[in-house]
Amino acid sequence: MSKHRVWVYGGNVNTDVIFPGKYTYTLKTPEEIAAHALEDLDPSFAGQAQPGDVIVAGCNWGCGSSREQGVTALKYAGVRAIIAESFGGLYYRNCINQGVLPVICTGLLKRVRSGDEIELDVDNATLQVSGQRFAFARLSPSVQAILDAGGLLPMLQRRFSA
Amino acid sequence: MSGYTFAEKALARAAGIAAARAGDILDVAPDVMFSHDNTAAIRRIFEQIGAPGIRYPERTLFTLDHAVPAPTTQHAQNHAEIRAWAAAQDIRWFEVGRGICHQVISEEALVLPAETILGSDSHTTHFGWLGAFGMGVGRTEMAALWATGQLWLRVPEALQITLTGRLQPGVTAKDSALRIIGDLGMSGGEYRSVEFVGDGVASLSVDQRPVLTNMMAEFGAMNAYMPPDQIVFDYLEARRTREYTPLYPDSDASYNQRYTLDLSALEAQIALPHQPDNVAPLSAAVGQPVQQAFLGTCTNGRYEDLAAAADVLRGRHVATRMIVIPASAEVMRRAAETGVLATLIEAGAAINTPGCGPCMGNHMGIPAPNETTISSGSRNFRGRMGTADAPVYLANPYVVAASAVAGCIADPREFLA
Ligand code: SF4
Repeated sequence: MSKHRVWVYGGNVNTDVIFPGKYTYTLKTPEEIAAHALEDLDPSFAGQAQPGDVIVAGCNWGCGSSREQGVTALKYAGVRAIIAESFGGLYYRNCINQGVLPVICTGLLKRVRSGDEIELDVDNATLQVSGQRFAFARLSPSVQAILDAGGLLPMLQRRFSA
Repeated sequence: MSGYTFAEKALARAAGIAAARAGDILDVAPDVMFSHDNTAAIRRIFEQIGAPGIRYPERTLFTLDHAVPAPTTQHAQNHAEIRAWAAAQDIRWFEVGRGICHQVISEEALVLPAETILGSDSHTTHFGWLGAFGMGVGRTEMAALWATGQLWLRVPEALQITLTGRLQPGVTAKDSALRIIGDLGMSGGEYRSVEFVGDGVASLSVDQRPVLTNMMAEFGAMNAYMPPDQIVFDYLEARRTREYTPLYPDSDASYNQRYTLDLSALEAQIALPHQPDNVAPLSAAVGQPVQQAFLGTCTNGRYEDLAAAADVLRGRHVATRMIVIPASAEVMRRAAETGVLATLIEAGAAINTPGCGPCMGNHMGIPAPNETTISSGSRNFRGRMGTADAPVYLANPYVVAASAVAGCIADPREFLA
Protein backbone atom coordinates (compact mmCIF):
# COMPACT_ATOMS: atom_id res chain seq x y z
CA MET A 1 0.00 0.00 0.00
CA SER A 2 1.40 3.39 -0.95
CA LYS A 3 0.06 6.95 -0.92
CA HIS A 4 0.19 9.25 -3.92
CA ARG A 5 -0.81 12.73 -4.90
CA VAL A 6 -3.12 12.86 -7.94
CA TRP A 7 -3.10 14.95 -11.10
CA VAL A 8 -6.42 14.67 -12.94
CA TYR A 9 -6.83 15.05 -16.71
CA GLY A 10 -9.53 14.26 -19.25
CA GLY A 11 -9.90 11.92 -22.20
CA ASN A 12 -7.99 11.52 -25.47
CA VAL A 13 -4.83 13.18 -24.18
CA ASN A 14 -2.35 12.63 -27.04
CA THR A 15 1.42 12.28 -26.97
CA ASP A 16 1.90 15.66 -28.65
CA VAL A 17 0.60 17.46 -25.57
CA ILE A 18 2.34 15.01 -23.23
CA PHE A 19 5.67 15.69 -24.91
CA PRO A 20 5.69 18.11 -27.86
CA GLY A 21 7.04 16.69 -31.12
CA LYS A 22 9.22 19.74 -31.72
CA TYR A 23 11.57 18.57 -28.95
CA THR A 24 11.94 14.96 -30.05
CA TYR A 25 15.30 15.32 -31.74
CA THR A 26 16.85 18.13 -29.73
CA LEU A 27 16.27 17.05 -26.12
CA LYS A 28 18.09 13.87 -25.16
CA THR A 29 18.54 13.55 -21.39
CA PRO A 30 15.53 12.35 -19.37
CA GLU A 31 15.77 15.40 -17.11
CA GLU A 32 15.56 17.80 -20.07
CA ILE A 33 12.65 15.81 -21.45
CA ALA A 34 10.84 15.87 -18.09
CA ALA A 35 11.09 19.66 -17.94
CA HIS A 36 8.58 19.79 -20.83
CA ALA A 37 6.16 17.13 -19.56
CA LEU A 38 2.53 18.02 -20.34
CA GLU A 39 3.66 21.45 -21.45
CA ASP A 40 0.76 22.03 -23.84
CA LEU A 41 -1.87 20.55 -21.50
CA ASP A 42 -0.93 21.80 -18.04
CA PRO A 43 2.01 24.22 -17.88
CA SER A 44 2.05 23.97 -14.07
CA PHE A 45 2.76 20.25 -14.07
CA ALA A 46 6.48 20.04 -14.81
CA GLY A 47 7.41 22.57 -12.12
CA GLN A 48 5.21 21.09 -9.40
CA ALA A 49 5.22 17.32 -9.95
CA GLN A 50 6.80 15.34 -7.08
CA PRO A 51 8.32 11.88 -7.04
CA GLY A 52 5.51 9.40 -6.41
CA ASP A 53 2.70 11.39 -8.03
CA VAL A 54 0.14 9.59 -10.15
CA ILE A 55 -2.04 10.69 -13.05
CA VAL A 56 -5.76 9.91 -13.29
CA ALA A 57 -7.29 10.37 -16.73
CA GLY A 58 -10.14 9.47 -19.03
CA CYS A 59 -10.14 7.26 -22.09
CA ASN A 60 -7.36 6.78 -24.65
CA TRP A 61 -4.50 8.31 -22.65
CA GLY A 62 -1.38 8.62 -24.80
CA CYS A 63 -3.03 8.23 -28.22
CA GLY A 64 -1.25 9.50 -31.33
CA SER A 65 2.47 9.23 -32.02
CA SER A 66 4.39 6.27 -30.63
CA ARG A 67 7.15 8.43 -29.20
CA GLU A 68 8.67 6.80 -26.14
CA GLN A 69 9.46 10.23 -24.63
CA GLY A 70 5.75 10.57 -23.78
CA VAL A 71 6.41 8.13 -20.95
CA THR A 72 9.99 9.24 -20.23
CA ALA A 73 8.83 12.82 -19.60
CA LEU A 74 6.31 11.78 -16.94
CA LYS A 75 8.57 9.14 -15.41
CA TYR A 76 11.40 11.58 -14.80
CA ALA A 77 8.95 14.22 -13.58
CA GLY A 78 8.22 11.72 -10.81
CA VAL A 79 5.09 9.92 -12.01
CA ARG A 80 4.85 6.34 -10.70
CA ALA A 81 1.54 5.28 -12.19
CA ILE A 82 -1.01 6.38 -14.74
CA ILE A 83 -4.59 5.41 -14.01
CA ALA A 84 -6.84 5.83 -17.04
CA GLU A 85 -10.10 4.48 -18.40
CA SER A 86 -8.13 3.23 -21.41
CA PHE A 87 -4.76 3.78 -23.09
CA GLY A 88 -3.41 4.25 -26.60
CA GLY A 89 -1.87 0.84 -27.34
CA LEU A 90 1.66 1.97 -28.06
CA TYR A 91 1.65 4.21 -25.00
CA TYR A 92 0.57 1.31 -22.81
CA ARG A 93 3.49 -0.77 -24.10
CA ASN A 94 5.88 2.11 -23.58
CA CYS A 95 4.71 2.46 -19.94
CA ILE A 96 5.50 -1.15 -19.17
CA ASN A 97 8.78 -1.13 -21.07
CA GLN A 98 9.90 1.94 -19.14
CA GLY A 99 8.68 0.78 -15.75
CA VAL A 100 5.72 3.11 -15.21
CA LEU A 101 2.60 1.31 -13.93
CA PRO A 102 -0.42 1.66 -16.26
CA VAL A 103 -3.73 0.99 -14.48
CA ILE A 104 -6.99 0.62 -16.37
CA CYS A 105 -9.81 1.69 -14.04
CA THR A 106 -13.24 3.08 -14.85
CA GLY A 107 -15.36 5.17 -12.54
CA LEU A 108 -12.49 6.76 -10.67
CA LEU A 109 -12.23 9.94 -12.72
CA LYS A 110 -15.46 11.42 -11.34
CA ARG A 111 -14.38 10.75 -7.76
CA VAL A 112 -11.05 12.58 -7.60
CA ARG A 113 -9.66 16.04 -8.05
CA SER A 114 -6.10 17.20 -8.62
CA GLY A 115 -4.26 17.32 -5.32
CA ASP A 116 -6.28 14.53 -3.69
CA GLU A 117 -4.47 11.61 -2.16
CA ILE A 118 -4.92 8.10 -3.44
CA GLU A 119 -3.86 4.80 -1.90
CA LEU A 120 -2.54 2.24 -4.30
CA ASP A 121 -2.24 -1.42 -3.40
CA VAL A 122 -0.56 -3.08 -6.33
CA ASP A 123 -0.29 -6.49 -4.64
CA ASN A 124 -4.05 -6.68 -4.23
CA ALA A 125 -4.85 -4.72 -7.41
CA THR A 126 -7.00 -2.17 -5.64
CA LEU A 127 -6.91 1.55 -5.05
CA GLN A 128 -8.74 3.72 -2.58
CA VAL A 129 -9.75 7.35 -2.61
CA SER A 130 -11.82 9.13 0.10
CA GLY A 131 -12.83 5.80 1.54
CA GLN A 132 -14.02 4.33 -1.75
CA ARG A 133 -12.31 1.23 -3.17
CA PHE A 134 -11.74 0.39 -6.81
CA ALA A 135 -10.44 -2.90 -8.12
CA PHE A 136 -8.39 -3.10 -11.28
CA ALA A 137 -7.10 -5.94 -13.40
CA ARG A 138 -3.77 -7.34 -12.34
CA LEU A 139 -0.95 -7.35 -14.82
CA SER A 140 0.12 -10.77 -15.94
CA PRO A 141 3.11 -12.05 -13.94
CA SER A 142 5.47 -11.68 -16.91
CA VAL A 143 4.49 -8.03 -17.43
CA GLN A 144 4.60 -7.31 -13.70
CA ALA A 145 8.15 -8.66 -13.72
CA ILE A 146 9.14 -6.09 -16.36
CA LEU A 147 7.69 -3.30 -14.23
CA ASP A 148 9.33 -4.58 -11.07
CA ALA A 149 12.68 -4.59 -12.84
CA GLY A 150 12.21 -0.94 -13.80
CA GLY A 151 11.52 -1.65 -17.47
CA LEU A 152 12.48 -3.90 -20.33
CA LEU A 153 16.11 -2.84 -20.67
CA PRO A 154 17.04 -3.17 -16.96
CA MET A 155 15.17 -6.48 -16.80
CA LEU A 156 17.16 -7.91 -19.67
CA GLN A 157 20.40 -6.47 -18.31
CA ARG A 158 19.81 -8.32 -15.07
CA ARG A 159 18.87 -11.50 -16.84
CA PHE A 160 21.98 -11.55 -18.96
CA SER A 161 24.39 -10.53 -16.19
CA ALA A 162 23.12 -13.25 -13.86
CA MET B 1 -18.90 -18.61 -25.81
CA SER B 2 -17.98 -16.80 -28.99
CA GLY B 3 -15.42 -17.97 -31.51
CA TYR B 4 -11.93 -16.55 -31.95
CA THR B 5 -10.70 -13.64 -34.03
CA PHE B 6 -7.66 -14.01 -36.27
CA ALA B 7 -5.52 -12.11 -33.75
CA GLU B 8 -6.60 -14.39 -30.91
CA LYS B 9 -5.72 -17.47 -32.93
CA ALA B 10 -2.46 -16.15 -34.37
CA LEU B 11 -1.09 -14.94 -31.04
CA ALA B 12 -2.06 -18.14 -29.24
CA ARG B 13 -0.12 -19.98 -31.93
CA ALA B 14 2.88 -17.66 -31.56
CA ALA B 15 2.82 -18.10 -27.79
CA GLY B 16 2.57 -21.86 -28.10
CA ILE B 17 -0.69 -22.13 -26.17
CA ALA B 18 -4.08 -23.63 -27.01
CA ALA B 19 -6.20 -20.49 -26.91
CA ALA B 20 -6.07 -16.80 -26.07
CA ARG B 21 -8.60 -14.01 -25.67
CA ALA B 22 -8.44 -10.27 -26.25
CA GLY B 23 -6.84 -8.69 -23.20
CA ASP B 24 -4.59 -11.65 -22.40
CA ILE B 25 -0.92 -10.87 -22.14
CA LEU B 26 1.30 -13.41 -23.81
CA ASP B 27 4.98 -13.99 -24.38
CA VAL B 28 5.06 -14.33 -28.12
CA ALA B 29 7.88 -15.89 -30.14
CA PRO B 30 7.61 -14.45 -33.66
CA ASP B 31 8.47 -16.52 -36.72
CA VAL B 32 10.27 -13.55 -38.25
CA MET B 33 11.90 -10.39 -36.84
CA PHE B 34 13.23 -7.68 -39.09
CA SER B 35 14.78 -4.26 -39.01
CA HIS B 36 16.11 -1.94 -41.71
CA ASP B 37 18.39 1.09 -41.75
CA ASN B 38 17.63 1.41 -38.01
CA THR B 39 19.53 -1.85 -37.37
CA ALA B 40 22.72 -0.07 -36.24
CA ALA B 41 20.78 2.00 -33.67
CA ILE B 42 19.11 -1.17 -32.39
CA ARG B 43 22.50 -2.81 -32.10
CA ARG B 44 23.61 -0.02 -29.75
CA ILE B 45 20.66 -0.77 -27.44
CA PHE B 46 21.26 -4.51 -27.83
CA GLU B 47 24.82 -4.11 -26.61
CA GLN B 48 23.58 -2.57 -23.35
CA ILE B 49 21.54 -5.71 -22.70
CA GLY B 50 24.64 -7.87 -22.48
CA ALA B 51 23.26 -10.85 -24.43
CA PRO B 52 25.89 -13.09 -26.02
CA GLY B 53 24.41 -12.74 -29.52
CA ILE B 54 21.22 -12.78 -31.53
CA ARG B 55 19.14 -15.66 -30.15
CA TYR B 56 17.55 -16.81 -33.42
CA PRO B 57 19.68 -15.62 -36.33
CA GLU B 58 17.64 -17.77 -38.70
CA ARG B 59 14.46 -15.84 -37.79
CA THR B 60 16.11 -12.44 -38.08
CA LEU B 61 16.38 -10.30 -41.22
CA PHE B 62 17.83 -6.92 -42.16
CA THR B 63 17.12 -4.78 -45.21
CA LEU B 64 18.86 -1.67 -46.45
CA ASP B 65 16.09 0.46 -47.91
CA HIS B 66 15.40 3.73 -46.15
CA ALA B 67 18.23 5.79 -47.61
CA VAL B 68 19.66 3.86 -50.54
CA PRO B 69 22.08 4.23 -52.23
CA ALA B 70 23.60 6.12 -49.31
CA PRO B 71 23.03 9.87 -49.82
CA THR B 72 25.65 10.99 -47.29
CA THR B 73 28.80 9.73 -45.61
CA GLN B 74 26.80 9.24 -42.40
CA HIS B 75 24.26 7.03 -44.15
CA ALA B 76 27.07 5.09 -45.80
CA GLN B 77 28.70 4.57 -42.40
CA ASN B 78 25.37 3.40 -41.00
CA HIS B 79 25.01 0.87 -43.83
CA ALA B 80 28.60 -0.31 -43.35
CA GLU B 81 27.94 -0.98 -39.65
CA ILE B 82 24.83 -2.97 -40.53
CA ARG B 83 26.65 -5.11 -43.12
CA ALA B 84 29.40 -5.87 -40.60
CA TRP B 85 26.86 -6.73 -37.89
CA ALA B 86 24.96 -9.02 -40.28
CA ALA B 87 28.19 -10.82 -41.13
CA ALA B 88 29.21 -11.14 -37.47
CA GLN B 89 25.82 -12.55 -36.43
CA ASP B 90 25.23 -14.55 -39.61
CA ILE B 91 21.97 -12.75 -40.43
CA ARG B 92 20.32 -12.83 -43.83
CA TRP B 93 20.14 -9.32 -45.24
CA PHE B 94 19.22 -7.51 -48.43
CA GLU B 95 21.56 -5.12 -50.15
CA VAL B 96 20.85 -1.61 -51.41
CA GLY B 97 18.57 -1.78 -54.44
CA ARG B 98 16.71 -4.99 -53.59
CA GLY B 99 13.78 -2.95 -52.34
CA ILE B 100 11.61 -1.86 -49.39
CA CYS B 101 11.48 -4.27 -46.44
CA HIS B 102 7.75 -5.06 -46.62
CA GLN B 103 7.80 -5.68 -50.35
CA VAL B 104 11.03 -7.72 -50.33
CA ILE B 105 9.95 -9.95 -47.43
CA SER B 106 6.64 -10.58 -49.22
CA GLU B 107 8.33 -11.40 -52.53
CA GLU B 108 10.80 -13.73 -50.88
CA ALA B 109 7.90 -15.41 -49.01
CA LEU B 110 9.89 -15.12 -45.79
CA VAL B 111 6.68 -14.89 -43.80
CA LEU B 112 3.69 -17.11 -44.50
CA PRO B 113 0.00 -17.25 -43.60
CA ALA B 114 -0.69 -17.67 -39.85
CA GLU B 115 2.87 -16.70 -38.93
CA THR B 116 3.82 -13.75 -36.74
CA ILE B 117 6.25 -11.13 -37.96
CA LEU B 118 7.50 -8.22 -35.84
CA GLY B 119 9.43 -5.40 -37.49
CA SER B 120 10.97 -2.19 -36.24
CA ASP B 121 8.81 -0.31 -38.72
CA SER B 122 5.29 0.96 -38.18
CA HIS B 123 4.05 -0.38 -41.52
CA THR B 124 4.63 -4.00 -40.46
CA THR B 125 0.81 -4.25 -40.47
CA HIS B 126 1.51 -4.80 -44.21
CA PHE B 127 1.92 -8.58 -43.83
CA GLY B 128 -1.74 -9.04 -43.05
CA TRP B 129 -2.24 -9.26 -46.81
CA LEU B 130 -0.64 -12.70 -46.60
CA GLY B 131 -2.83 -13.71 -43.68
CA ALA B 132 0.07 -13.19 -41.25
CA PHE B 133 0.11 -11.28 -37.96
CA GLY B 134 2.37 -8.28 -38.59
CA MET B 135 3.03 -5.61 -36.00
CA GLY B 136 5.52 -2.78 -35.64
CA VAL B 137 7.70 -2.56 -32.53
CA GLY B 138 10.08 -0.01 -31.07
CA ARG B 139 13.86 -0.15 -31.14
CA THR B 140 14.19 -1.30 -27.52
CA GLU B 141 11.66 -4.02 -28.26
CA MET B 142 13.57 -5.20 -31.31
CA ALA B 143 16.78 -5.32 -29.25
CA ALA B 144 14.89 -7.46 -26.71
CA LEU B 145 13.68 -9.72 -29.52
CA TRP B 146 17.22 -10.22 -30.78
CA ALA B 147 18.33 -11.11 -27.25
CA THR B 148 15.51 -13.49 -26.32
CA GLY B 149 13.42 -14.29 -29.39
CA GLN B 150 10.32 -13.27 -27.40
CA LEU B 151 8.24 -10.23 -26.66
CA TRP B 152 5.21 -9.66 -24.45
CA LEU B 153 2.05 -8.67 -26.31
CA ARG B 154 -1.48 -7.92 -25.24
CA VAL B 155 -3.96 -9.73 -27.46
CA PRO B 156 -5.92 -6.93 -29.15
CA GLU B 157 -9.64 -6.45 -29.49
CA ALA B 158 -10.76 -6.60 -33.11
CA LEU B 159 -12.56 -4.44 -35.65
CA GLN B 160 -14.11 -6.14 -38.66
CA ILE B 161 -14.15 -4.31 -41.98
CA THR B 162 -16.36 -5.80 -44.68
CA LEU B 163 -15.48 -4.90 -48.26
CA THR B 164 -18.23 -5.53 -50.79
CA GLY B 165 -18.40 -5.14 -54.55
CA ARG B 166 -15.64 -4.30 -56.97
CA LEU B 167 -13.61 -1.14 -57.67
CA GLN B 168 -14.46 1.09 -60.65
CA PRO B 169 -11.75 1.77 -63.27
CA GLY B 170 -9.31 4.41 -62.04
CA VAL B 171 -10.23 3.71 -58.41
CA THR B 172 -7.85 1.53 -56.38
CA ALA B 173 -7.34 -0.06 -52.98
CA LYS B 174 -5.63 3.20 -52.00
CA ASP B 175 -8.95 4.99 -52.25
CA SER B 176 -10.59 2.43 -49.98
CA ALA B 177 -7.80 2.82 -47.41
CA LEU B 178 -8.13 6.61 -47.50
CA ARG B 179 -11.91 6.37 -47.17
CA ILE B 180 -11.70 4.11 -44.11
CA ILE B 181 -9.15 6.38 -42.40
CA GLY B 182 -11.11 9.47 -43.42
CA ASP B 183 -14.36 8.03 -42.02
CA LEU B 184 -13.06 6.65 -38.74
CA GLY B 185 -10.04 8.90 -38.12
CA MET B 186 -6.33 8.34 -37.59
CA SER B 187 -6.87 6.59 -34.28
CA GLY B 188 -9.99 4.73 -35.45
CA GLY B 189 -8.06 1.47 -35.32
CA GLU B 190 -7.54 1.96 -31.55
CA TYR B 191 -4.62 -0.47 -31.52
CA ARG B 192 -6.94 -3.27 -32.51
CA SER B 193 -6.67 -6.08 -34.99
CA VAL B 194 -8.32 -4.82 -38.18
CA GLU B 195 -9.75 -7.90 -39.88
CA PHE B 196 -11.02 -7.56 -43.43
CA VAL B 197 -13.69 -9.83 -44.85
CA GLY B 198 -16.11 -9.94 -47.75
CA ASP B 199 -16.25 -10.51 -51.50
CA GLY B 200 -14.53 -7.17 -52.03
CA VAL B 201 -11.31 -8.64 -50.56
CA ALA B 202 -11.39 -11.53 -53.02
CA SER B 203 -11.69 -9.06 -55.91
CA LEU B 204 -8.37 -7.41 -55.04
CA SER B 205 -5.09 -8.48 -56.69
CA VAL B 206 -1.82 -9.31 -54.94
CA ASP B 207 -0.60 -5.79 -55.67
CA GLN B 208 -3.74 -4.12 -54.29
CA ARG B 209 -4.25 -6.04 -51.06
CA PRO B 210 -1.11 -4.81 -49.26
CA VAL B 211 -2.14 -1.19 -49.85
CA LEU B 212 -4.96 -1.66 -47.34
CA THR B 213 -3.11 -3.66 -44.72
CA ASN B 214 -0.09 -1.34 -45.02
CA MET B 215 -2.09 1.83 -44.55
CA MET B 216 -3.80 0.50 -41.45
CA ALA B 217 -0.67 1.90 -39.74
CA GLU B 218 -2.20 5.34 -40.40
CA PHE B 219 -5.35 4.08 -38.70
CA GLY B 220 -3.64 3.23 -35.41
CA ALA B 221 -4.15 -0.52 -35.87
CA MET B 222 -1.95 -3.02 -34.05
CA ASN B 223 -2.15 -5.39 -37.02
CA ALA B 224 -4.32 -5.92 -40.06
CA TYR B 225 -5.50 -9.15 -41.66
CA MET B 226 -7.01 -10.42 -44.88
CA PRO B 227 -8.18 -14.01 -45.27
CA PRO B 228 -5.70 -15.67 -47.62
CA ASP B 229 -7.28 -17.32 -50.67
CA GLN B 230 -6.11 -19.04 -53.85
CA ILE B 231 -4.64 -15.77 -55.17
CA VAL B 232 -2.30 -15.64 -52.16
CA PHE B 233 -1.54 -19.38 -52.23
CA ASP B 234 -0.58 -19.13 -55.93
CA TYR B 235 1.64 -16.13 -55.22
CA LEU B 236 3.48 -18.00 -52.49
CA GLU B 237 3.74 -21.36 -54.22
CA ALA B 238 6.84 -20.74 -56.31
CA ARG B 239 8.50 -18.62 -53.64
CA ARG B 240 8.11 -20.31 -50.29
CA THR B 241 10.60 -22.65 -48.65
CA ARG B 242 8.43 -24.05 -45.86
CA GLU B 243 4.92 -25.35 -45.27
CA TYR B 244 2.07 -23.40 -43.77
CA THR B 245 -1.50 -23.78 -42.60
CA PRO B 246 -3.59 -20.64 -43.02
CA LEU B 247 -5.65 -19.28 -40.11
CA TYR B 248 -9.13 -17.84 -40.38
CA PRO B 249 -11.26 -16.13 -37.74
CA ASP B 250 -14.32 -18.03 -36.57
CA SER B 251 -17.61 -16.86 -38.07
CA ASP B 252 -18.89 -16.14 -34.55
CA ALA B 253 -15.73 -14.34 -33.40
CA SER B 254 -16.39 -11.26 -31.33
CA TYR B 255 -15.66 -7.88 -32.89
CA ASN B 256 -16.23 -4.74 -30.87
CA GLN B 257 -16.93 -2.71 -34.00
CA ARG B 258 -18.00 -3.43 -37.56
CA TYR B 259 -17.68 -1.21 -40.62
CA THR B 260 -18.69 -1.86 -44.22
CA LEU B 261 -17.36 -0.25 -47.39
CA ASP B 262 -18.92 -0.80 -50.80
CA LEU B 263 -16.04 -0.74 -53.28
CA SER B 264 -18.42 -0.41 -56.27
CA ALA B 265 -19.70 2.95 -55.06
CA LEU B 266 -16.26 4.31 -54.17
CA GLU B 267 -14.78 7.27 -56.05
CA ALA B 268 -11.14 8.38 -56.10
CA GLN B 269 -10.14 10.00 -52.80
CA ILE B 270 -7.37 12.34 -51.74
CA ALA B 271 -5.74 13.11 -48.38
CA LEU B 272 -5.21 16.84 -48.09
CA PRO B 273 -2.32 18.30 -46.09
CA HIS B 274 -1.23 17.56 -43.35
CA GLN B 275 -2.86 14.38 -42.07
CA PRO B 276 -3.75 11.10 -43.71
CA ASP B 277 -7.28 11.28 -42.27
CA ASN B 278 -7.90 14.67 -43.85
CA VAL B 279 -9.64 12.86 -46.69
CA ALA B 280 -11.95 14.31 -49.34
CA PRO B 281 -13.25 13.13 -52.71
CA LEU B 282 -10.61 13.81 -55.36
CA SER B 283 -12.81 16.53 -56.90
CA ALA B 284 -12.17 18.70 -53.82
CA ALA B 285 -8.53 19.16 -54.83
CA VAL B 286 -8.68 19.09 -58.65
CA GLY B 287 -6.88 22.10 -60.11
CA GLN B 288 -4.46 22.53 -57.19
CA PRO B 289 -1.05 23.20 -58.83
CA VAL B 290 1.73 20.69 -58.02
CA GLN B 291 5.47 20.98 -58.59
CA GLN B 292 6.30 17.32 -58.04
CA ALA B 293 4.61 13.96 -58.51
CA PHE B 294 6.02 10.98 -56.59
CA LEU B 295 5.10 7.39 -57.39
CA GLY B 296 6.57 4.78 -55.08
CA THR B 297 6.72 3.51 -51.43
CA CYS B 298 5.70 0.28 -49.73
CA THR B 299 2.11 1.50 -50.00
CA ASN B 300 1.96 2.07 -53.77
CA GLY B 301 5.21 1.21 -55.56
CA ARG B 302 4.26 -2.20 -56.94
CA TYR B 303 3.96 -3.33 -60.55
CA GLU B 304 0.25 -2.52 -60.93
CA ASP B 305 0.89 0.95 -59.57
CA LEU B 306 3.56 1.58 -62.20
CA ALA B 307 1.34 0.05 -64.87
CA ALA B 308 -1.56 2.30 -63.80
CA ALA B 309 0.67 5.34 -64.21
CA ALA B 310 1.82 4.06 -67.60
CA ASP B 311 -1.82 3.77 -68.72
CA VAL B 312 -2.22 7.47 -68.03
CA LEU B 313 1.17 8.52 -69.40
CA ARG B 314 1.26 6.48 -72.64
CA GLY B 315 1.77 8.90 -75.52
CA ARG B 316 1.83 11.90 -73.17
CA HIS B 317 4.51 13.95 -71.45
CA VAL B 318 4.65 15.18 -67.88
CA ALA B 319 4.22 18.91 -67.27
CA THR B 320 5.96 18.78 -63.90
CA ARG B 321 8.77 16.60 -62.58
CA MET B 322 7.77 13.06 -61.75
CA ILE B 323 9.83 10.71 -59.57
CA VAL B 324 9.19 6.98 -59.89
CA ILE B 325 10.72 4.56 -57.38
CA PRO B 326 9.74 0.90 -57.76
CA ALA B 327 9.18 -0.79 -54.40
CA SER B 328 11.61 -3.55 -55.31
CA ALA B 329 14.05 -4.84 -57.90
CA GLU B 330 11.46 -7.46 -58.88
CA VAL B 331 8.89 -4.75 -59.58
CA MET B 332 11.46 -2.83 -61.62
CA ARG B 333 12.48 -5.89 -63.64
CA ARG B 334 8.89 -6.76 -64.47
CA ALA B 335 8.13 -3.16 -65.45
CA ALA B 336 11.18 -3.27 -67.73
CA GLU B 337 10.06 -6.55 -69.32
CA THR B 338 6.52 -5.39 -70.10
CA GLY B 339 7.45 -1.97 -71.46
CA VAL B 340 5.88 -0.09 -68.53
CA LEU B 341 9.24 1.36 -67.57
CA ALA B 342 9.89 2.56 -71.12
CA THR B 343 6.48 4.26 -71.19
CA LEU B 344 7.26 6.07 -67.95
CA ILE B 345 10.70 7.15 -69.16
CA GLU B 346 9.36 8.32 -72.53
CA ALA B 347 6.77 10.41 -70.68
CA GLY B 348 9.61 12.16 -68.85
CA ALA B 349 9.55 10.41 -65.45
CA ALA B 350 12.81 10.05 -63.50
CA ILE B 351 13.38 6.47 -62.31
CA ASN B 352 15.32 5.85 -59.07
CA THR B 353 16.80 2.91 -57.19
CA PRO B 354 14.19 0.74 -55.41
CA GLY B 355 13.82 1.86 -51.79
CA CYS B 356 11.94 4.44 -49.73
CA GLY B 357 13.36 7.46 -51.55
CA PRO B 358 11.76 10.74 -50.44
CA CYS B 359 8.86 9.08 -48.57
CA MET B 360 10.30 10.10 -45.21
CA GLY B 361 12.43 12.92 -46.47
CA ASN B 362 15.80 11.24 -46.80
CA HIS B 363 16.64 12.01 -50.42
CA MET B 364 15.77 11.62 -54.13
CA GLY B 365 12.85 14.02 -54.30
CA ILE B 366 12.83 16.44 -51.36
CA PRO B 367 10.53 19.35 -52.22
CA ALA B 368 11.67 22.97 -52.01
CA PRO B 369 9.86 25.22 -49.49
CA ASN B 370 6.33 25.99 -50.69
CA GLU B 371 6.43 23.34 -53.39
CA THR B 372 3.47 20.98 -53.46
CA THR B 373 3.85 17.24 -54.00
CA ILE B 374 1.24 14.70 -55.01
CA SER B 375 2.40 11.35 -53.65
CA SER B 376 1.30 7.74 -53.75
CA GLY B 377 2.73 7.24 -50.23
CA SER B 378 0.95 6.82 -46.94
CA ARG B 379 1.87 9.85 -44.81
CA ASN B 380 1.57 13.56 -45.41
CA PHE B 381 2.45 14.96 -42.01
CA ARG B 382 4.07 18.37 -42.04
CA GLY B 383 7.72 17.90 -42.91
CA ARG B 384 7.35 14.20 -43.75
CA MET B 385 9.12 14.59 -47.10
CA GLY B 386 11.94 16.61 -45.56
CA THR B 387 10.67 20.19 -45.91
CA ALA B 388 8.25 21.76 -43.43
CA ASP B 389 6.40 24.19 -45.67
CA ALA B 390 5.87 21.83 -48.56
CA PRO B 391 2.33 20.42 -48.64
CA VAL B 392 1.84 16.78 -49.60
CA TYR B 393 -1.36 15.30 -51.04
CA LEU B 394 -1.88 11.53 -51.02
CA ALA B 395 -3.70 9.76 -53.82
CA ASN B 396 -3.71 6.65 -55.99
CA PRO B 397 -1.16 6.11 -58.80
CA TYR B 398 -3.58 7.09 -61.59
CA VAL B 399 -4.13 10.44 -59.90
CA VAL B 400 -0.39 10.94 -59.35
CA ALA B 401 0.31 10.33 -63.05
CA ALA B 402 -2.62 12.45 -64.26
CA SER B 403 -1.49 15.30 -62.02
CA ALA B 404 2.05 15.05 -63.42
CA VAL B 405 0.64 15.45 -66.94
CA ALA B 406 -1.68 18.31 -66.01
CA GLY B 407 0.73 20.14 -63.67
CA CYS B 408 -2.10 20.30 -61.17
CA ILE B 409 -4.17 17.73 -59.31
CA ALA B 410 -6.26 16.08 -61.99
CA ASP B 411 -8.96 13.46 -62.39
CA PRO B 412 -7.39 10.52 -64.26
CA ARG B 413 -10.65 9.53 -65.95
CA GLU B 414 -10.10 12.06 -68.72
CA PHE B 415 -6.78 10.36 -69.53
CA LEU B 416 -8.08 6.82 -69.37
CA ALA B 417 -10.96 7.11 -71.82
S1 SF4 C 1 8.36 3.52 -48.16
FE1 SF4 C 1 7.91 5.08 -46.63
S2 SF4 C 1 6.32 4.19 -45.34
FE2 SF4 C 1 7.26 2.51 -46.49
S3 SF4 C 1 8.87 1.67 -45.14
FE3 SF4 C 1 9.81 3.24 -46.47
S4 SF4 C 1 9.73 5.15 -45.30
FE4 SF4 C 1 8.28 3.71 -44.34
